[in-house]
Amino acid sequence: MDDREHLHTLTEIRSLMERSSRFISLSGLSGISAGVCACVGVGVLVVRWGIPLFSQSEVSFYELATVEFIKFLLIDVFCVLISALLLALYFTRRKAKIKGLPFWDKSASRLLVNLFIPLAAGGIFSLSMIYHHFAVFIPATTLVFYGLALLNASKYTLHDIRALGLAEMALGLCASFLLGYSLLFWLIGFGILHIIYGTIMYFKYEK
Amino acid sequence: MKDLLDNLDKAFESRVRLGIMAILMVNEQVDFNQLKELLEVTDGNLASHLKQLETSSYIAVSKQFVGRKPNTTYAATEQGKIAFEQHLNAIEQLFNNKKTNI
Repeated sequence: MDDREHLHTLTEIRSLMERSSRFISLSGLSGISAGVCACVGVGVLVVRWGIPLFSQSEVSFYELATVEFIKFLLIDVFCVLISALLLALYFTRRKAKIKGLPFWDKSASRLLVNLFIPLAAGGIFSLSMIYHHFAVFIPATTLVFYGLALLNASKYTLHDIRALGLAEMALGLCASFLLGYSLLFWLIGFGILHIIYGTIMYFKYEK
Repeated sequence: MKDLLDNLDKAFESRVRLGIMAILMVNEQVDFNQLKELLEVTDGNLASHLKQLETSSYIAVSKQFVGRKPNTTYAATEQGKIAFEQHLNAIEQLFNNKKTNI
């Protein structure tokens, strides 16, 4: 065996270890599309209910927490979630195809299960807050739980997602103190951070 | 130079066996079909390499039933993990030696 052969063996080993334990087909474009969906979702809320983004004004989640608003909010969040997921699925599938990797394998299901456990807990917790008329804490809670979910999922996919998780958590904690700016934190956390993260990932792994 | 080559483990001379160990280093348990897909080898080929690793007690085999289908999973033993690490270190040393010689 000469040097080149050894080097080849080492690269092969590394790639096998990566591929078998982590889901690496996650596309940066899915991050960008999720961010855009979230921006649209927040935009709809701002336009429909006249919530100002940049000032801690009278009109906050707290004042608006009527049945009608909550209903609108739930539908809005649900639409954003579904469209973001579908787009993420589409772009990830495309990347897997380009790279010739399997789209659905054990690493993919492991990633999804570990992402959705904290996420489901957060979702149910948010519903309980609506039930108890604490809707004002929903943006902070969803951000913190989403951050935890990403942190948990980072063990099963690209490492970089860990940083995104930490950032979401930090934002959620800030939002929990600055309740008046909740919507702004939502926009930054789910919209802008996703777009930044997705763009970085796209240029790092797919260009 | 002779000593360094001695550190290379004969059990890992084959590409497939090295691959199997690499996968088992980062996954607690892997079944036969997953190994087959990842390594892109035939059933018979994979089975014989697995047998050899099992004989040198580098991997542990456990058989159970999923429904009515038999399912065999493989895991690296402590001994296997140590041997694999030593093997990689040996390759690395070969590299470093070459560099200093130049």
